[in-house]
Amino acid sequence: MILKLTAFGIAKDILGKRVLEIELKNDSKIADLKAILLNQYPDFSKLANLTFAVDEAYQNDDFLLSANQEIVIIPPVAGG
Amino acid sequence: MNINIKISDKPLNPSDANNFVTNEACGGIVTFIGTARKFTKGKEVLRLEFEAYEPMAIKEMTKIAEQIMVRFPAKKVAIHHRIGIVGLKEIAVVIAVACPHRKAAFEACEFAIDTLKQTVPIWKKEVFEDGEIWVAAHP
Repeated sequence: MILKLTAFGIAKDILGKRVLEIELKNDSKIADLKAILLNQYPDFSKLANLTFAVDEAYQNDDFLLSANQEIVIIPPVAGG
Repeated sequence: MNINIKISDKPLNPSDANNFVTNEACGGIVTFIGTARKFTKGKEVLRLEFEAYEPMAIKEMTKIAEQIMVRFPAKKVAIHHRIGIVGLKEIAVVIAVACPHRKAAFEACEFAIDTLKQTVPIWKKEVFEDGEIWVAAHP
């Protein structure tokens, strides 16, 4: 399946773009996506944390991904 | 409605948050105003640039306000955040909480800004003369 990832903040700088399409096996979890990203973009491993939001809510590593979701890379937040 | 949440690329006016939370049942309003500071770790900042994952940021800000209503005797809460380019001394965030008495209002307001910095998907870039950094990105 092809997933469309959207990136903000430093994640956008690391990818070099706002939106990245990435191919994953069906029934992949966030942990699988994270492993591929860390492998392809080692700068992600330097961040204080790296989390993901699916359809506008935080999800953890064992969350199942599918192609029709809105998946967003959330690097360390810094509002205020 | 007892909760007012806003993300704006225009300058924030603290009176908007204050006016929203003012009500007859409350004798204490605490308003936190976060502004753009000139120096960070001794380095001179030229400006801040904020970026938000807006629909989710609104949801997370709303959650904070809802939590405040449950955890504190608060009657009304406003949380406003600026995005885009924010010049020195300009307001980045305004949080106003109204409670019947002042102590709870202080505590609730502190809880709101502390939680906002941990959970709301908004990112802040500090721009210096010789470069820029995404705040809190690296340990």
